Amino acid sequence: MAASLLTAAEQRRPWLLLSPTLLALVALMIVPIIVMFSYTFYTFQTAGVETPGFNTGNWAEFFSDSYYHRFLWKTFRISAITAILCALMGYPPAYFIAMSGFRHKWLLLLLLIVPFWISFTIRTFSWIHILGEQGAINATLIGLGIINEPLPLLYNEGSVIMGMIHFLLPYVILNIYVSLEGIDRNLISAARTLGCTGWQAFREVTLPLSLPGLGAGLLLSFVLAAGTYVTPQILGGQGDALFGNLIFSTIMRELNWPMGSTLSIVLLVLLGILAVIYSRYMGLSTIFKGLSR
Amino acid sequence: MRGDGVWGWRAVQLVTVLVYVFMFAPILAVIILSFNASRFGGFPLTGFSLQWYGRLMENDAVVRAFTTSLWIGTLTAIICTVLGIMAALALVRYEFPGKVWVNSLIVGPVLVPETVLGVGLLLTNRWIGSKPNFLLLLCGHVLLSLPYVVLIVQARLIGVKRVYEEAAMSLGASRLQTFREITLPLIMPAVFAGLLLAFTISFDNVTASVFWRPAGVETMPTQILSMLKVSISPEVNALGTLMILVTVGVPLIGGITSRLMMQRRR
Repeated sequence: MAASLLTAAEQRRPWLLLSPTLLALVALMIVPIIVMFSYTFYTFQTAGVETPGFNTGNWAEFFSDSYYHRFLWKTFRISAITAILCALMGYPPAYFIAMSGFRHKWLLLLLLIVPFWISFTIRTFSWIHILGEQGAINATLIGLGIINEPLPLLYNEGSVIMGMIHFLLPYVILNIYVSLEGIDRNLISAARTLGCTGWQAFREVTLPLSLPGLGAGLLLSFVLAAGTYVTPQILGGQGDALFGNLIFSTIMRELNWPMGSTLSIVLLVLLGILAVIYSRYMGLSTIFKGLSR
Repeated sequence: MRGDGVWGWRAVQLVTVLVYVFMFAPILAVIILSFNASRFGGFPLTGFSLQWYGRLMENDAVVRAFTTSLWIGTLTAIICTVLGIMAALALVRYEFPGKVWVNSLIVGPVLVPETVLGVGLLLTNRWIGSKPNFLLLLCGHVLLSLPYVVLIVQARLIGVKRVYEEAAMSLGASRLQTFREITLPLIMPAVFAGLLLAFTISFDNVTASVFWRPAGVETMPTQILSMLKVSISPEVNALGTLMILVTVGVPLIGGITSRLMMQRRR
C-alpha cells in the first residue's frame, strides 16, 4: 500500500514540475491557434467588428483572389533567393572555421554569436547607412567624383534581400559548421592518399557529408525569411511588402480580424511544415551543441 | 598541399574575410555615425561629437521605452528561468508517458512564425474582452523565451551525473535540499546563460511586440522602429550604439565572470 502510494507520488512529480510550463504553452500558444482558426470562419463587418458563425467566405476569398497568390509567390521567390545566397555566402566561412588550424578560431565562432546579441532592428536599419542616399557607398562614389547623384540602392527588393541575408547568415554558417565539424577527418586524408586532388576530395567526400547542415541552413533561412515583415518595412519600398506585411496591415490597419486570422493560419501551415521538417532533420539540440562547444 | 588546393584555400580565406566584413561593417557604421557631428544621420563624417548621446538622455520617450524594456526583460528572465529549470528537471530526471509530445510542445514557439504567435495572442486577448496591457506583453515574451531556457538547462542537466543527487539523498537530504545543495550549483552556468538569453530575447523582440504592446507604450526596439519612420536621425544611431553596448556587453561580461568563477572553484 505504502509502496504504491509512493510510486503514485513519484509518477505525479514530473507533471507537477512541468505544469507551469505546459499551462503557459497551452494558454499562450495552443489556445490562440485554436481561437485564430475559429476566427477564420467569422464574418467581417467593418473595421474591428465581426460576427461569429461558420462562414467559409474568407477561405474562398483566399483561394480565389490572385491578390493573395501574388503575395505568396513573391514571398516564396524572395525567401528562396535569400536562402540560396545565404548558403553560397555561408559555406566558405563555415568550411574555414571547421577545417583550418587557425589559432583564433574561437574568435570567429564568437563573432558568429555576437550578431544574435545585437538587436535585429539595429542590424536591419544599419543597412540604410551602407545603401542609403547618405550611405557609405553613395558617399564614397560622390566623394570620388564618380557619380553626381546618389544611386537608388535602398528601398527595393535588393535591399530587402540584403537585410535578410545579413540577419540569417549567422544561423546558416552555424548549421553548416556543425555538420562539417562532425566529419571524420580520416575520410578526407584517405581520399587524398588514394589519389584525389584537394578539389576532388572536397567534392566527393566533404561536400556530400556536409549536405545535412547545408540543407538545414537553407530550410531555416527560408522559413525565417518568409515569416518576417520587419525587414521589408524598414528596407523595402512600396511594392516590396511580403506575406507577413499583408498579415500586419490586415490586422493592425484594416482591423479585419477574420481575414488576418485566415492569412496567419496559411503562414502557420506552410512554414510550420517546413519548420517541423527542419527540427526532425537537423534537430534544435544539434545547434545548441554547436553553440555551446 | 598541391597547387589547386592552395588556391582553393586562398579563395576560402578571402570569402571568409569578406563575409565577416559584410556582417560587421553596417554595425560599425552605426557606431561611427553616432559620434558624427552632422545633424543628418548619414555620411559624410563632419567631426566628432557626443551631443547625440546628450539629446538621447533628454528624450523622455526613449528613457521610458528603456525602462519598460528593462522591466519586461528582467521579469521574463526570472519567470522563464524558474519554469525552465522545473521543466528541464522533469524531462531529464523522469521517465513518463507522453514525453516526446511534451518535448515537441516546448519547442513549438520556436517553430511557429513569430508573426503568427503575435496575431494569435493578440486575438485571444481581444476574444476574452481585454485590451493589450503590460501583462500581455510579458506573457508573450515568456512564450518566446521559454523554449530556449528549457533547452539550455536540459542540455546541461544531461551532463550532470545522477550519482551526486543519489548520494545526497541516501545521506538523508530531502529532494529540495538535494536540489539546492547539489543540482542547482552544478547547473548554475546554464541557469545564468538561460537568464541572459531570456533577457536578450525579450529586450530585442520587435516582430511580435508590435502586436502586443499596450496603446502608447513602446519597448526599446519598437521605439527605434517608430523613430525610423520619420528619418534616420543621429539620435537613432546613438540609441543603437547604446543598445549594442548593453546587449553585447552584458553576455560578454557574464560569460567572462562565470568562467572566472568556475576557475576559482577548481
